[in-house]
Order: sequence, then structure tokens, then C-alpha cells
Amino acid sequence: MATTKAAETGTQASGARWVFRHPATIRIAHWVNVVCLAVLLLSGLQIFNAHPALYWGHVSTFDTPLVAMTATETEPPRGVTTAFGQSFDTTGVLGASKDADGEIIGRGFPSWATLPSYQSLAEGRSWHFFFAWLFVLNGLVYLGYGVASGQLRKRLVPSGDQLRHIGASVIEHLRFRFPKGEEATRYNVLQKLTYLVVVLGLLPLQLLAGLALSPGFNAAAPWVIDLFGGRQSARTIHFVLANLLVLFVLIHVAMVVLSGFWNNVRGMLTGWFRIERTNPSGDQA
Amino acid sequence: MSRTLSRRAVLLGGSAAGASLLAGCDQLGQMPWVRRTLEAGEDASLFVQRTMLTQQSLAREYAEADISPWFKPNGTIDPVDEDYKALVARNFEGFRLKVGGLVETPLDLSIEDLRRLPSRTQITRHDCVEGWSCIGKWTGAPLAALIEKARLKPEARYVVFHCADTMENAEDGSPVRYYESVDLVDAVHPQTILAYEMNGQPLKVEHGAPLRLRVERHLGYKMAKYVMRIEAVASFDEIGGGKGGYWEDNGYAWYAGI
Repeated sequence: MATTKAAETGTQASGARWVFRHPATIRIAHWVNVVCLAVLLLSGLQIFNAHPALYWGHVSTFDTPLVAMTATETEPPRGVTTAFGQSFDTTGVLGASKDADGEIIGRGFPSWATLPSYQSLAEGRSWHFFFAWLFVLNGLVYLGYGVASGQLRKRLVPSGDQLRHIGASVIEHLRFRFPKGEEATRYNVLQKLTYLVVVLGLLPLQLLAGLALSPGFNAAAPWVIDLFGGRQSARTIHFVLANLLVLFVLIHVAMVVLSGFWNNVRGMLTGWFRIERTNPSGDQA
Repeated sequence: MSRTLSRRAVLLGGSAAGASLLAGCDQLGQMPWVRRTLEAGEDASLFVQRTMLTQQSLAREYAEADISPWFKPNGTIDPVDEDYKALVARNFEGFRLKVGGLVETPLDLSIEDLRRLPSRTQITRHDCVEGWSCIGKWTGAPLAALIEKARLKPEARYVVFHCADTMENAEDGSPVRYYESVDLVDAVHPQTILAYEMNGQPLKVEHGAPLRLRVERHLGYKMAKYVMRIEAVASFDEIGGGKGGYWEDNGYAWYAGI
């Protein structure tokens, strides 16, 4: 955004400057996506709970899951999570946790992490597929607008200069020091690369892995299942990608907080982002 | 101290807000208009998949070596119904499959009659709505052959499968039996068969003996076990809860291709 148009900028008496950072289409797409991903995650965990085990390959190898959450036969049950042959007592969170009445029951993820909070595969699927369609339509609008307007390239593709200084940028980030002044008018190189990976990598792959679970879609596009090495692998990858997306959101929100919470949130709500003046004798007349 | 308190307050406040948000979502999900809206997702999936799929699009067929050593029996695995138990006791001798409803020629067929029809064998992956998959080999009579014999009346739009197994009792005490349905697109699909054999053996009780529907481009709940009667209908209104299947009456989507 270094080439911000004059009409989109304004200068305050204090020397701070306002830049118009996010066009309306991108702002709306962002918040629609927040809702979609939240519902998709919670309803996805509800669906996962119907058979809280993961496998690799085309079929389920029930005796040798990669990961499984089970409840013991004891009263009350204890939650046991088995991952790659190792078992852990995860009572209260995974395998067995409290239901709405405070009673410990066997369930993969706890009620606070699923939509609906009670066990209902049918309702979980209903939520999941409606918001999956909304996510797809929203994504198409975002990408269509982003490509047509040039915003996608302008916002997310790092410049050669940025790429050359990626090492310094990593060190600055680790020190929680964020770009100021003119440098803050555009995304920094780590932001750009992360957003690129999420927008063009993780999210489309997550959609494809989800579609690979559909028997109808498999008949229409049989090559997709092979891309993931089988339906059960696709289900496992769908789960892992969901975790990576959660990790992204955690880091994203942490960065939003650390680099100026209200300025960032205001930017994504109104489009306007405030840049502090770093050099009073600079080029801002 | 105050710092700890405020952190506690934030945590408590946060979890209270989260809890009420979840409770709100639960309540929202119970509202009829929200349910109807969410069902638009199902309509979209049906529409788009039907656009992508042709009658020639087949579910993947696997090799003998891929057959699961253990195929998980699910749903009803041992019907409690006396009529069915009697059938099992005499090894399904005298079993008759009835084909009726909106057809020109109602049929009344023995397993031998079905075996005399051209058979189809397919090794396919069974995907349960719960998330797991197993591969099995199925042999049976194509449903298309039965439909051709019975000749559908022009107003027929769906084929309903009435099953032997009681799932629950209705309020008046009458048994609510499993049933399922497909539309004519799936009914005449080449991989839609009434299977009487699984993995080269007569179908076992736990897998739906003597007849189980296979509709390979759908999830497992579409593939009704213990099929006793087939009925061609114009709508589901008069059948069960009116949604086209036992699980559909309990909130699941009628289109089970996703």
C-alpha cells in the first residue's frame, strides 16, 4: 500500500496519518469468514465426535487408529486419548467430559467445543454444510474481487525487497517489534507469506479434503481421493488442517493485539488505519 | 492480588460469555426457520452434485485385496421382530420380496427369482455418516431390472424400501420400522443393487439378510438392510414421518451423497 492514493490519505495535526487500508469487499469477506470458520470448526468437532478416531488410507483400521478418544466403562467414565500407540488420561476435555447437567459422559470433544453443544450428528452436519457453502461463496467473492481489482497481488505478494530482508523481519517479529511509519502502510513479508499460505493453500486444501469425504463428490471427481491417499487419510488431513487453521487464528489474533488492537480492528471495520509519524521532517508536507 | 482477581474476572467473564453464546446457538438451532435455512445447504449439495454426476459416474470399485478383513456391522444388527426371527429360523425359506405402489405390474419375488436376474458384483467402499469406512464385495440384482419388470407409472418419483427391523415404538405402541428411499436417478444407476451376497457368501443377518440395498454414491444410512417391500411413490407424505427415511425423520438429510 506504499502507493496509497492521495485521495485516500489524510494528515492529522498530530502528524499521524490515516490510510484507507481495507476496501469494503475485503472487510465484509473477512467478517463473514470469521463466522464461517467458527461455525465450521465447532460443527466439525460435533461431526468428529460421532466417531472420534482417525485413520490412514482408504478404510478404517479399527484396532489401530492413529488417534482415538475413548471413554472407560467405569462410573463415572474416564476419558482416554490414544495417539500413535501412547495413551493419555484426558478426562474432562477429550474422551469424557461434563454434559449440560454436569454429569461426565463419553464424548470426543467437550460440549463447549461443539455445535450444538449436545450430541447431534444430524444438526452438526446441517450447520457444517450450510456454512461450508457460505464459506465457498464468500471465498469466491473475495478471490474474484481480489484478482480483478489487483488487491490480492498488491496486498499479499511480497516485493523482492521484502523477500531479501526476510531474516531481519523474522528477528523483529520475535522481539514483538512491528513495522512503523511508511513500512506499516503495507503488510510485512511474514504477514504476506502467512496470508498467502492460508488463503491460497490451507483454505482451498481444507475444502478439497472435506469434499473428498463425500461419496457423491468421489464419484464425480475420483482423482481427489487419490490426492489424499484415501478417504480416511482425507478425513485425518481435514482434521489436521482444521488444527492448523486454529493455530493460524490464535497467532493472527495475538498479532492483532500486540501490534495495536484498536487500530487493527478499526481498520478491518471501517477500512481506516492510523499510521504514526516516525520522522517529523519526512516527506509528509 | 488485584491483578490475579482481574485475570480471574476476565477468565470467568470470558467463559460465561462463551457459554451463553453456545447456549444461544443451541436455541437458534432449534428454531424451525433456522433449521429450514440450514437445510438450504443440503439442497445446494444435491443440486451441485446432480449437475456434476451422470448416470455413468460410478463410485470407485476396488480390488479383492482391498476388502476389509472386518466390516463393521452398524445400525440394527439383530432385529427383534418375531416375523423376521421366524424367517431367520427357516433360513429365509419362503421369503418373498414385494414390489408395489405406483407400478403397472406388482411383483412378488423369491430370492431364487432375484438370483435368476442378471447379477452385478462390485467391491466398493462403505462410508458411514459417522465417519468410518470399510470395503466389501456385494453381489445382487440391479434395481433397474426390477423397475423395468414392474414398469413404473408416470407419476412415480421415488422408490421406497420398507424394512423388517423395528427401530423404536411410536407413542401408540406400534413399531416404527426402518425405511429408506431413493429418487429415480439413483434407482436406475448401474451400481444400485439389491445385494443377497457379501464377500462371496450369502448375506449375514448383521449385514441385512436376506436383502440389502446398495446405493454406492451415498452414505451408509441410505443402504437399507432387511428389505422386505419396495414401493414406488409420488411423494413421501404418507410414509413414516414424511421425510423419506427413518433417519431423515430424525433430522438427517435425505440426500446422503455428502
